Amino acid sequence: MMQGIGHAVCLGQDIDTDLVIAGRYLRTKDHSQWVAHVFEDLDTSIAPRLKGAVIVAGKNFGCGSSREQAAIALREAGVVAVIAPTFARIFFRNAINIGLPAIECNITCTEGQKIRFNLADGWVEAEGKQYPIRPLSPRMQEILAAGGLVNYWKARS
Amino acid sequence: MSTLSERILGAPHGNYVDRKVDRAYVCDGTGMLTLETWKRMGAARLSDASRLHVFFDHIVPANNSTTATLQHELREFACNSSLTLSDIGGGICHQVMSEGIVLPGEVVVGADSHSCTSGAFGAFSTGVGATDMAAIWLTGETWFRVPDSIAIHLSGSLRGGAEAKDLALSYVNRLWMDGGTYCALEFIGEGVKTLQMDERLTLCNMAVETGAKTGMFYADDITVQYLAAKGQTVRPQVPETCTYIRNLELDLGDIVPVVAVPHRVDTIKPVQDLAGLPLDQVFVGTCTNGRYSDLVRFAKIVKGRKVAVRTIIVPASRQVLSEAVRTGILADLVDAGCTIGTPGCGPCLGAHMGVLGEGEVCLSTANRNFRNRMGVGGEIYLSSVATAAASSLTGEITEPEVA
Ligand code: SF4
Repeated sequence: MMQGIGHAVCLGQDIDTDLVIAGRYLRTKDHSQWVAHVFEDLDTSIAPRLKGAVIVAGKNFGCGSSREQAAIALREAGVVAVIAPTFARIFFRNAINIGLPAIECNITCTEGQKIRFNLADGWVEAEGKQYPIRPLSPRMQEILAAGGLVNYWKARS
Repeated sequence: MSTLSERILGAPHGNYVDRKVDRAYVCDGTGMLTLETWKRMGAARLSDASRLHVFFDHIVPANNSTTATLQHELREFACNSSLTLSDIGGGICHQVMSEGIVLPGEVVVGADSHSCTSGAFGAFSTGVGATDMAAIWLTGETWFRVPDSIAIHLSGSLRGGAEAKDLALSYVNRLWMDGGTYCALEFIGEGVKTLQMDERLTLCNMAVETGAKTGMFYADDITVQYLAAKGQTVRPQVPETCTYIRNLELDLGDIVPVVAVPHRVDTIKPVQDLAGLPLDQVFVGTCTNGRYSDLVRFAKIVKGRKVAVRTIIVPASRQVLSEAVRTGILADLVDAGCTIGTPGCGPCLGAHMGVLGEGEVCLSTANRNFRNRMGVGGEIYLSSVATAAASSLTGEITEPEVA
């Protein structure tokens, strides 16, 4: 997905993947389990707000464990995109690989505000103001446009 | 003139490259998702299986039948597809990879964030998630952005009660939790020569705690000798003059025993300042500090005495355990009242074998003290082995004795 729209959910900086989905919930193939417990250890009021949300986080979002379940949990919970000034690199790759836009951009977050983004054109729009984003590499754009790395490779085999 | 990453990846920093992967590995946690994703890629195709490793280390032996069933599927696949399998009790993936598998100059990718550990051999070794790994299973390749590099210049040598772990916590504190984001850390300078392979592995292991892609040492005589003892013949790498985006200077002689306090790994205090803090548990092990040399140092301090708090020791690998059995230090640990776990991750990720109860405080030699990581409501302090040993004898945070 290269463009989209959603309501802002504001989060702090250095949110680690243990906080997105705790280690004790990882051993299952049932993705709904991850949705059920997303952000449980950070703040239980976040999960109900995630459907159709654009998460706007502080720097270093997704640090820590490489668990891809963190990115999957967000996507399955209905998150449209995650915006942060910087991401932990494994989370960044994971998100793009499963078709969840991870957007490097520094914006001020107001809870609930409308946020639009267009990755092909390279901008994020919040409260009528446009911000440029750090562009994705051509490869990452192709993967995201395909809807993730699984589809990307399916189309090639 | 190139950094070590540029040399191994074959392009200047900032470039995107496709690289064949020399070694790729998953563990029981990420392996299941990798397998599922690889199947969804529609792929009956597997790249060179001899380069693909599967480790059972995170929750071993399985803690319940759900885990056991999931593990069974991965195990069966690994056997049927001739992947290199290290089953339960073999040890933590990063440790086993460092026991003569990873070689200088190789490109190594693990589906675990601490895959940066093997950079200690002068390899480019980094972590990815399950979907990236599934694509590597399929093609044997992946893409990288050649990183900028940060130099950590080391001078002098460690003294007093300070260990490599104190140095690791100190550099993470200097860079903060995101100071190394997207970068590679290169440990260089005269001080490097004073650090043995086990100490270098501890330092590279924690690179990801600064957000770094990897931590690296140039292979030198110490590397060559270590690998020779594991049956591998390699050559040293000669550093070139090159440009770093940041330089950090650390005099090893200035490093003092420190503890990372809950819930951030980059927030440290001298052990001295926390002395007397009561503990419910001491945990020694993990890919940071569960090596044979770590167990030796711990045993030396507790030998002939009794621990005053529940103390869990988990050897990082079967080789570590075996050596500890042969040399008798395992008996010293057991006689001192320590509990020994199956080689692997133990309670580090909060799944089993020593998780904390609400409000309990643990001093751990691991690399992460994130909120709730070892159990909901538990508090994790991170320290060196020497600090853990001294503290296990008193039941409270205690400064290590100076040898
Ligand atoms: S020991 Fe801990 S940090 Fe290391 S691989 Fe296992 S769970 Fe991860």
